[in-house]
Amino acid sequence: MSARTTDKTQKLTLVQAVTDALQCAMREDPSIIVLGEDVGLNGGVFRATDGLYKEFGADRVIDTPLAENGIVGSAIGLAIGGFRPVAEIQFTGFVYPAVNQIFAHAARYRNRTRGRYSVPLVVRMPYGGGIHAPEHHSESYEALMVNTPGLQVVIPSTPYDAKGLLISAIQNNDPVIFMEPKKIYRSFREDVPEGVYHVPLGKAKVVKEGRDVTVVSYGAMMRPSLEAQEFLARENISVEVIDLRSLVPLDIDTLIASVTKTGRLVVVHEAPRSCGFGAELTALVNDKALVHLLAPVERVTGYDTIFPYAMLEHHYLPDRERVVTGIRKTLDF
Amino acid sequence: MPRQVIFEGRIENLSILDKDGQVDKKLEPKLTRDQLTGMYRLMVMMRKFDEKALNLQRQGRIGTYGSLRGQEAAQAGIAFNLTKTDWVVPSFREHGVMMALGLPMHLIYSYWKGDERGNIVPPDLRILPASVPVGSQLVHAAGLGMAMRLRDEPSVVVGFAGDGATSEGDFHEALNFAGVFNARTVFFIQNNQWAISVPRKRQTAAESIAQKALAYGIPGIQVDGNDVLAVYAASKAAVEHARSGKGASLIEAVTYRMGDHTTADDQKRYRDPDEIAYWLARDPIDRFRKYLVSKKMWTDDNDAALATEMTALVEDEVKNLESMPAPTPVEFFDHMYENLPWNLREQRDAFAQGDRT
Repeated sequence: MSARTTDKTQKLTLVQAVTDALQCAMREDPSIIVLGEDVGLNGGVFRATDGLYKEFGADRVIDTPLAENGIVGSAIGLAIGGFRPVAEIQFTGFVYPAVNQIFAHAARYRNRTRGRYSVPLVVRMPYGGGIHAPEHHSESYEALMVNTPGLQVVIPSTPYDAKGLLISAIQNNDPVIFMEPKKIYRSFREDVPEGVYHVPLGKAKVVKEGRDVTVVSYGAMMRPSLEAQEFLARENISVEVIDLRSLVPLDIDTLIASVTKTGRLVVVHEAPRSCGFGAELTALVNDKALVHLLAPVERVTGYDTIFPYAMLEHHYLPDRERVVTGIRKTLDF
Repeated sequence: MPRQVIFEGRIENLSILDKDGQVDKKLEPKLTRDQLTGMYRLMVMMRKFDEKALNLQRQGRIGTYGSLRGQEAAQAGIAFNLTKTDWVVPSFREHGVMMALGLPMHLIYSYWKGDERGNIVPPDLRILPASVPVGSQLVHAAGLGMAMRLRDEPSVVVGFAGDGATSEGDFHEALNFAGVFNARTVFFIQNNQWAISVPRKRQTAAESIAQKALAYGIPGIQVDGNDVLAVYAASKAAVEHARSGKGASLIEAVTYRMGDHTTADDQKRYRDPDEIAYWLARDPIDRFRKYLVSKKMWTDDNDAALATEMTALVEDEVKNLESMPAPTPVEFFDHMYENLPWNLREQRDAFAQGDRT
């Protein structure tokens, strides 16, 4: 944690914590700029950049033409030219046009130039379902990003972490894909310190300690995971819940220590199952903790389908009941 | 008045030297003897480099190579307007621009040999590495030009691409961003008539590529890309425009790819020999030599001496290339991140210890 943290805190929602992170970081470092669609006067469609345009002006909070590839591509140029751009993709479902720039360039400049030029770029994107949005507004593409060497992938689940992780991401010298769980943008408030502080990338958080089974999740799926933990506590089933917070770099030590202790693992994410992040976690546990496993790793995930339209999305998204069922499967094995 | 003309555009083509080296006196740039012979030296250097690269490829001493033969005037004409603090954002055929700004030839050869150390540019140069995904680098040039404008730095960014790249969405987005944000960027399109086997006419129904600038609210000009004086003059205006903060512009240099797309291509499958003969008669180096001779700035003896000098330079650079120690495999782990995450450290360590699982 940074020494600059003041003692004062504010009660903020997750999206307000994102705004606060941008504001605090931008006040400290004039090379940080924000760019994207509607991020200026409008403050972003989710208001994540609310007030920044007024404070920092049009040269640091840049409303761009409507072009995701142009936003990320020009941000790469800005980064090489000495800035720390924070680009916003309005919804993760719209990131595909920018994937060429993210995969072919942002992720590769450091390697291609043997370290001469890095791309200190953050690409923020609200992700995930559960807000009754139209098609292409509910996707979770973290596995695509994780499978691209050169990127870092960070997904907060609380206001405190959102601010501390985003500041760490902005100050990192390599590109970070910062995926924000929009379903819980305004679900709850928590005490968030004023000023700059850091939550380090690559450090998971054990949110609940337990003995019988480990549940690993991130982002919006932390809620059903914790609800399942609470529900099963009444039956004296002790669930350890881990919030990964960053997928790349991954905190392998916390994961393996927990699985070694409990012998059971349930992974929860809303992205499709096949080749999802749960598959990688399963393989890692297979590599490093197989002898400690008392049951096969269980995956509670979205289905291998297109994300359904709003009327059926609650059937697609993992909820408390599905997580509880997954946990019971590992216990009853 | 329901119908009014709201926009009328005009695009000029600039040509100063004709194909026989006759100069248009009214348009002739005021350049000193040293400057003119300096341009000629650059063009001859590029050609000698290129001829050697093709030899090296045939001998298996470098890998697949993309020749710039025929495009020497285009590349020398723009490069002659740039300084070391300007940014070069190349595609994959700008070896001439790179060496004109001082990038050692052996680094360029080593890139084409498959050695990523060829991308390690000396610290006093701002040359980004070759970009293979066609047109994608133009958006970086727009962003860098935005950065120069935001920092009010008098450096100019030149984004390079070919005629094929202008069909990509990146071309549109780059010029659009550069126009909107007044970027200090010059988009330099070498229209060499062919994108591998697909002719320029298949890329756009427009009369020129230059006219596309008008749709983005920036100036555009077409130049005879095999006339180094025309390229020099158009580039000078565009570079000054950007450097003085007036914003981006587009240059279409009409030239010809004399060789194959790369050494992995065979242009005889799709090109008419008459077309090649037409362009051979418009060779940029022959034309400029005739001009220099007519101005009594150049002789056959000068030419022989220059050829000897450039051949020696190229041979020296090949020696430098071939005296580079082989790259070590673990290097491909080392530049993925500033701080390697555990999985990469684990993979690198296992590799270094001979574990090939």
